[in-house]
Amino acid sequence: MTNEIFKEYSKQLPGKIIDEVKASVPKNITKAKLKAIFKEIVEEYDSMNVAPGECVGLVSAESIGEPGTQMTLNTFHFAGVSEMNVTMGLPRIIEILDCSKSPSTPMMEIHLKSPLNKGTGIKEFAEKIKETKLKECLKEISVNIGNSTLEISLDKNKLKILRVTSAKIVKALNTSLKGYGVRETNDLIIIKPRGKEDTVFNLFKTKEKIKGMYVSGVKGITQVLPVKKGDEYIIVTAGSNLKVILELEGIDPVNTTSNDIREVATVLGIEAVRELILAEVSKVIDVQGLNVDIRHIMLVADTMTISGNVKGITRYGVVSEKSSVLARASFETPLKHIMTAAISGERDTLNSVVENVMLNQMIPIGSGLPKLTYGK
Amino acid sequence: MTEPTVHKQVKSIVFGVLSPKLIKKMASAKVVTPELYDKEGYPVDGGLMDIRLGVIDPGLTCKTCGSKLKECPGHFGYIELARPIIHYNFITLALALLKSTCRECGRVLIPKNKIDGYAKVLDDAEKEGGISARRAKIKSIITALKTANKCPWCKSRQQKFTLEKPTTVYENEKRLTPIEIRSRLEKVPDEDCTLFGINPVAFRPEWTVLTILPIPPVTMRPSITLESGERSEDDLTHKLGDIVRINQRLFENINAGAPEIIIEDLWDLLQYHVTTFFDNAVAQLPPARHRSGQPLKTIAARIKSKEGRIRHNLAGKRTNFSARTVISPDPMLDLDEIGVPTEVAMKLTFPEKVTEWNMEYLKKFVERGPKKYPGSNYLVRPDGKKKKITDETKEQVIEEIQPGYCVERHLMDGDIAIFNRQPSLHRMSMMCHRVRVLPNKTFRLNPAVCAPYNADFDGDEMNLHIPQTEEARAEAEVLMQVKTQLISPRYGLSIIGCIQDAISGCYLLTNELKLPRDKAVELLLAARETDFSTLPSKDVITGKEIFSVLLPKDFNFEGRSKGYTGNADEDKKNDTVVHIKNGKLISGIMDKANLGEGSGLMLRNLVKLYGEHRTIEILGKIFRLGIETLLRLGFSCGLHDTDLPQKSKDEINKMLSDAYKDVDALINSFNEGKLEAFPGRSVEETLELKILERLNDARNKTGLLVARDINKETATMIMANSGARGNPLNLAQMAGCVGQQALRGKRIEGGYFNRTLSYFKKGDLSPGSRGFIRNSFKGGLSPSEFFFGAMTGRDSLMDTALRTPKSGYLYRRLANAMQDVRVEYDKSVRDATGNLIQFNYGEDNLDVSKTEGGKINVQRIINSVTD
Repeated sequence: MTNEIFKEYSKQLPGKIIDEVKASVPKNITKAKLKAIFKEIVEEYDSMNVAPGECVGLVSAESIGEPGTQMTLNTFHFAGVSEMNVTMGLPRIIEILDCSKSPSTPMMEIHLKSPLNKGTGIKEFAEKIKETKLKECLKEISVNIGNSTLEISLDKNKLKILRVTSAKIVKALNTSLKGYGVRETNDLIIIKPRGKEDTVFNLFKTKEKIKGMYVSGVKGITQVLPVKKGDEYIIVTAGSNLKVILELEGIDPVNTTSNDIREVATVLGIEAVRELILAEVSKVIDVQGLNVDIRHIMLVADTMTISGNVKGITRYGVVSEKSSVLARASFETPLKHIMTAAISGERDTLNSVVENVMLNQMIPIGSGLPKLTYGK
Repeated sequence: MTEPTVHKQVKSIVFGVLSPKLIKKMASAKVVTPELYDKEGYPVDGGLMDIRLGVIDPGLTCKTCGSKLKECPGHFGYIELARPIIHYNFITLALALLKSTCRECGRVLIPKNKIDGYAKVLDDAEKEGGISARRAKIKSIITALKTANKCPWCKSRQQKFTLEKPTTVYENEKRLTPIEIRSRLEKVPDEDCTLFGINPVAFRPEWTVLTILPIPPVTMRPSITLESGERSEDDLTHKLGDIVRINQRLFENINAGAPEIIIEDLWDLLQYHVTTFFDNAVAQLPPARHRSGQPLKTIAARIKSKEGRIRHNLAGKRTNFSARTVISPDPMLDLDEIGVPTEVAMKLTFPEKVTEWNMEYLKKFVERGPKKYPGSNYLVRPDGKKKKITDETKEQVIEEIQPGYCVERHLMDGDIAIFNRQPSLHRMSMMCHRVRVLPNKTFRLNPAVCAPYNADFDGDEMNLHIPQTEEARAEAEVLMQVKTQLISPRYGLSIIGCIQDAISGCYLLTNELKLPRDKAVELLLAARETDFSTLPSKDVITGKEIFSVLLPKDFNFEGRSKGYTGNADEDKKNDTVVHIKNGKLISGIMDKANLGEGSGLMLRNLVKLYGEHRTIEILGKIFRLGIETLLRLGFSCGLHDTDLPQKSKDEINKMLSDAYKDVDALINSFNEGKLEAFPGRSVEETLELKILERLNDARNKTGLLVARDINKETATMIMANSGARGNPLNLAQMAGCVGQQALRGKRIEGGYFNRTLSYFKKGDLSPGSRGFIRNSFKGGLSPSEFFFGAMTGRDSLMDTALRTPKSGYLYRRLANAMQDVRVEYDKSVRDATGNLIQFNYGEDNLDVSKTEGGKINVQRIINSVTD
């Protein structure tokens, strides 16, 4: 019965508000009272609407720029024992808005499907994902100067967890090392230079080189941490590789996230990037204990993504898209913009703010928007 | 004064390049000699300061336009270059053109049948992504053409071009002279130009090589006369002098038939001078310098950067009718008032139009003259001519005055002024106040408006601007008044609220204070409340009742005080549930959570229900009430505020000793190799984390202990509890223990080998050697502790110093990127080009500064309807 009323007002009010009313109104409310409530809300909502011409862009810029001075430059954030180092504070905001190619601390939150999300077998799974280098599954690696060989003894337990056989490692060594013979004898892998003997110096060099050889796991994931979040177990990783992780068996691809904007853009697309910018910027601001309304961050995220590609708030990104020559020139590299404009005979139609400030004319924003002038 | 009517408006600006023909046509003089002045000091004809190029000396008239100094806008001249010179800024374009057109026939190296295809690709790109997309596409086409080696039009073979920076072009090792380059580029037909993004109307390829150079007017490079009477020429004049001199030499050498090598040297020199004339910061060239060694500021440097023409002069404006001085607080002013010193008020004026109704009134201002407040400084005639009012002229002025004239009268109480403090980070940094002319020499403002300006009174200065027209006044009053800026558009809560003493005062007042009736009335009167109808007629009146007098009679509010715990009994005991019913404060303490800026909804609700005007009135009264209460009670904090009983001192000591012991045990187990690492961490990291955890725990416990045992009645504690200033942590640091000093989230690791200071043993991991300060500030720090404190102090100083420019740049970029984004009449959010950014602002069309913390308070509405 009351549903009709909800339906009736869903045209006039955003769904969020309707839902909130639904949730907070007493169950046995009469029709008349509900109507009265809605009438009040609509009235209030209308009075809170943005005025046409409001320079919402600048207000958003202010709202994010102003608390910037209060943010700490402290790059790292530790909360408790089991957290990762994440870039936080002002550097992170700059990183996000710049859309820099590689974030300084790429990170993923891998959500899992049952039974992994209950915590069973999660440690092994995490180990499997982690990019493992040879040095991590070694018991010992030594240089036998007498024979001028390298002797490797592997950590069997570790190999078992990773489900890697020593034969596979031998094969990998064989392909990555040129000019060396690799041989397996019971517990040892012996690497011998082919042909003439190698110098000790070279042997040591080779030793360091093979320590860093890729053995198993997902490339780019340098650290894994199984964490309990709510009632679920998730895996937090340092390093990000969405493309591979999303195809893995046992993970929940819907909730898994990465904080690498460029990567998300290529793997998941522009809509995901918008959400990511929104989430990441709000996260940083919340951690700093600052209060910025979500609408401001939303507008920034929208301006960055509206063209279909991610555009950073830089002279190569959003600003370079502006149609006005003078607006671009007043930001950075003015000569470049004026020169190219001159060559192509560009016309600046003075639609935005700075150009009109330069010419001492009314700016087409706020009270300068109405095109009304009075005669003599 | 100019007429406020709009006469003309610039609709658009087209950019282009001056053609050699046009340069010659618009030039008013040909410059032929590097000399500037003759023996008498008169500008030489055909020199760089030729009076046909404009005048900069008083007394001379311009030969071109006949007007005098300041009226003559200046006129361009030109010089004929003896040999063509490449324009440095077009060299990349010239090279691209050479590479992708035929050396014989000048056509683009694209077969005839494909040209239209390319043109279409470009048009599509422009339609899709605007002019920048087109430029990107052009770039990729040009790079593709570089590899073509046969002309599809005339079948001639193409050569390889290389550029030796900055301006020398080689074709297969052979140097191309600018003459050759020019003749090649001349051959490129107009229709091929468009493929390179060149608009043939605005630009021709051969113009990348200059044959004629415009000489900028004298007015844009004025010389200055030093005190000694010597003339000092502008940097540009110097540079032009070089160009003209070398150019003349080159001419003479060519005419005299000098050897090729000399001519080429001169030619290169001329190229250098012309290049540095345009840009004196070319990477490969040594910058041209003054005799003193400082580089010349040439054209590029004049335009570029923060101090350049665009950002400094065009995008930044300066105003008259402004003032700046130190600010100081005055809580007796209203929130939207500003105290202006009389001296300032006599300099700043407002032009009031004379009508037949106010003529007598304004005549009085003229009569008082400029030296007596409130007088007037100028009379403006209808034709815009200004006449200064002095003691001698004022009689004459009074005679002359009639409707249509304008009197610039001194600033008076109630005038509108815009007040500003840098850095102007948000719109609340410039607000409109009503003027209050006061004695003394500082601007006075109500301390409650410090928060939006981020001002304090440790020597801050602020600026005042007086709007000069009725429109400006109206706009300032409607849009910029303090009362319209109460709610921050950043988070939708009140940004103006009580601070400091006002909070302490209200806290004390509403917390069990009782006053006799006469004292209560006196207090309220001091707070400028005059309506006592709601004051209960009792002999003894509680603080809550006094506070209630200020509230509107039908105000209902439920909220929480600062110490709210959620535990019903506890809250009742501490009186932290704020309940206001029908304008009566029934329970709850008024503290920062309710009165402070950015917190709580009480102020927000007042604005919502009673409007801005009423709210700032109430807020002003609450502020004064708090201050007056403190004045009457007396409020001072001293050293003994942080005294602790011996028993709790012992307890703290024991607790810290225990922590030290535990840490020692941890270190021992680490040394014995018994410590187990956390997953994903090394043993060392684990140890650090465990120690840090243990020490923080100990410090937090001392904090609790201090909070428990300290005398709660002291002023220090009251300030902390009410939220006026300081917090329990500060107090614990003063009385109990300062705690761990951390650098980059870790304990201090220090700059010596394996130790923090040479005072410690190597490898010492104990708390004391890694920056744990066990003493309290009051107890005094040990030398090493003090040093650790200084380390973190320095670190935080650095942090601030590095952060400010970084965040400033981020802000500038954001503002530049988003300044043109606005809400349209159809409620969509678009930028200046019309690109749709959002269909509805913030998805629900709500203006944050009109919401309550970004939301509509649905619950309140439901309650108000169902009650």
